[in-house]
Amino acid sequence: MDAVTIFIQAMNGIQYGLLLFLVASGLTLIFGIMGVINIAHGSFYMIGAYLAWSFMGWIGNFWLGLFVGVVVAFVLGLVLEFLFIRFLYDKDHLQQVLVTYGLILIFSELRSVIWGDDVHSVAIPALLDGSIQLTENLAYPVYRIWLSSVCIVIAILMFLGIQHTRLGMMIRAGESDREMTKALGINIGLVYRFIFALGVSLAAFSGMISAPISSVFPGMGGQVLIVSFVVVVIGGLGSIKGAMVAALLVGLIDTFGKVTTLHIFGVNIFPEMAGMSIFALMALILMFRPQGIFGREH
Amino acid sequence: MSISNRRQFLAGTSALAGLSFLSLAGCGKTTDSIRVGFMLPYTGTYAKLGMAIENGFKLALRELGDNPFGKSIEFFTVDDESNPSKATDNANKIMTRDNVDVVIGTVHSGVAMGMIKVAQETGSLVIIPNAGANAATGTMCAPNVFRTSFSNWQPTHPLGRIMVEDGHKKSVFITWKYGAGEEALASFREGFEAAGGEVIKELFVPFPNVEFQAILTEVAALKPDAVACFFAGGGAVKFVKDYAAAGLKSSIPLYGSGFLTEGVLDAQGDAAEGITTTLHYADGLQNPKNLAFREAYRLAYSEEADVYAVQGYDAGLLLIKALQETSGDLSKKAQAINAMEGAKIDSPRGPWTMSRAHNPIQNFYTVKVNNGVNSVVGTAWEGLEDPAVGCDL
Repeated sequence: MDAVTIFIQAMNGIQYGLLLFLVASGLTLIFGIMGVINIAHGSFYMIGAYLAWSFMGWIGNFWLGLFVGVVVAFVLGLVLEFLFIRFLYDKDHLQQVLVTYGLILIFSELRSVIWGDDVHSVAIPALLDGSIQLTENLAYPVYRIWLSSVCIVIAILMFLGIQHTRLGMMIRAGESDREMTKALGINIGLVYRFIFALGVSLAAFSGMISAPISSVFPGMGGQVLIVSFVVVVIGGLGSIKGAMVAALLVGLIDTFGKVTTLHIFGVNIFPEMAGMSIFALMALILMFRPQGIFGREH
Repeated sequence: MSISNRRQFLAGTSALAGLSFLSLAGCGKTTDSIRVGFMLPYTGTYAKLGMAIENGFKLALRELGDNPFGKSIEFFTVDDESNPSKATDNANKIMTRDNVDVVIGTVHSGVAMGMIKVAQETGSLVIIPNAGANAATGTMCAPNVFRTSFSNWQPTHPLGRIMVEDGHKKSVFITWKYGAGEEALASFREGFEAAGGEVIKELFVPFPNVEFQAILTEVAALKPDAVACFFAGGGAVKFVKDYAAAGLKSSIPLYGSGFLTEGVLDAQGDAAEGITTTLHYADGLQNPKNLAFREAYRLAYSEEADVYAVQGYDAGLLLIKALQETSGDLSKKAQAINAMEGAKIDSPRGPWTMSRAHNPIQNFYTVKVNNGVNSVVGTAWEGLEDPAVGCDL
């Protein structure tokens, strides 16, 4: 591998990592602030992708579709919180997993009824449908560069929002002590509902902007959920900063694992075992820091 | 992750209801009906394939009329969910509880292997309408197990020869890291090297991951003459689109087993233009049998037939041979097996026969994507037979 290839591969890894961050941040936000393990998070990602596909068909405009999709996802989040999630705050994790697993089944069936089981593809919006020539025979899709920029902007907004706004303050207060925050006159139920809807929107938004490069298919939610959990666990449950660092780590390791050739004592480590690399990383980190890189000890 | 608990419960209760109904109504009537069991995926990623197979199969059986040999045909279904861990249970349900004469199943190779193990104990007749695991008609082959689709060894074997003929001697092979992908790779390598080609690198993506950017960067750096690959379904759509978006399409031609473009061409759009694949069927085959089949399928189900429907249809044709030989009494197992072994199937894919290991000896076609259609440009291999390594039949 020459320097140019390594550089491009690093770019691939970072881009993949940023996308993972976007999905995982919603998951870690909901867990960190509300204490709810939401395994239906992947379903929202899938719903987002299917929404993008539908809206592109109905509206024909990617950007308008994106906006409508986020609004729909936000409302869906509010409704779900009202119907199911708010009863889970003082329940143990097993019950949370059971309820959200139920949601996976419901959404998977609804998806089958509404959209069918086919594979679909979403066209890249004309504005971003180009490639930049990097080497003599490799081009880099502009859409992927745009995707990375969007992820970075959202990460910054999220960080600023939580650290420097009044809402962010309420959120952090609620996270530290729910009862005390209530006593101070803050409607914590409303804050939680907002957070959950935000998490759902983040997942759906990720699904929507990934749709043009990942195609739209029934099992996509499950795939992304597993990697997101790896990211969240490595970064530390509930830590946005951790999710960012872990997502980039996972993205880079996954990328280089696939293309590196490494034999140790005649045993084919890469690429033979590349599929395991991110899980090996997770095991390694949990061995030394069971709470994750930026996780707090409980 | 599979859809299980609720569905399992529902399936369980309905099965219970069905069982009690059968024991009342079915008493003493068993010889008056031909009992056909479908063990196919009706939910999950492969649901569509399961349905196409069942549709194709039933279309073939229409040839027999309503009461063939004075009997009625009873259908039993089990949704195997493409879940290998439930394969043994599901196979037992349909073979032992429903006591069917023949089982049509299934799509997923892992499930098929579980099913075959059960069939070896029960001795039930099995016709596999899709699952490609080499072992099914190799190390695990059995007198009562037949296949009407392909072995994983078959579709990528002729590919190497085509590529060398096109002047590509150095190639990279890309696939998912799982059973079918590795079997496809092994057979590609065999065929390609025999034709004088060299596989300079094998690249894998964990199944069913679809993040290909790293792999594509590596391909650009390696600069092979051509790329060969094995992908299907959603992964095939994404791979083909990413390959084009990375700008590789114009400089390094893409080849693959036919599943790369089969049934997903619409979703791939322009990115698929010019891809060359090899498969035992193509929509555009111009033989009279195929034209008639496609017309009949369209009329019956208001949709276009695909390779899975053809495999199901041929499973039906194969069963008809057995029924004709035994006058509809499949309990004469030796006779039924004999008829199926000697069967010459006049299929929409062209005529084929059974190998000693019960896998089709069939033509493989060279298919090129041209203006959004899989068009046949030639026959890549006449009468290709799986080597059936480890089968003593």
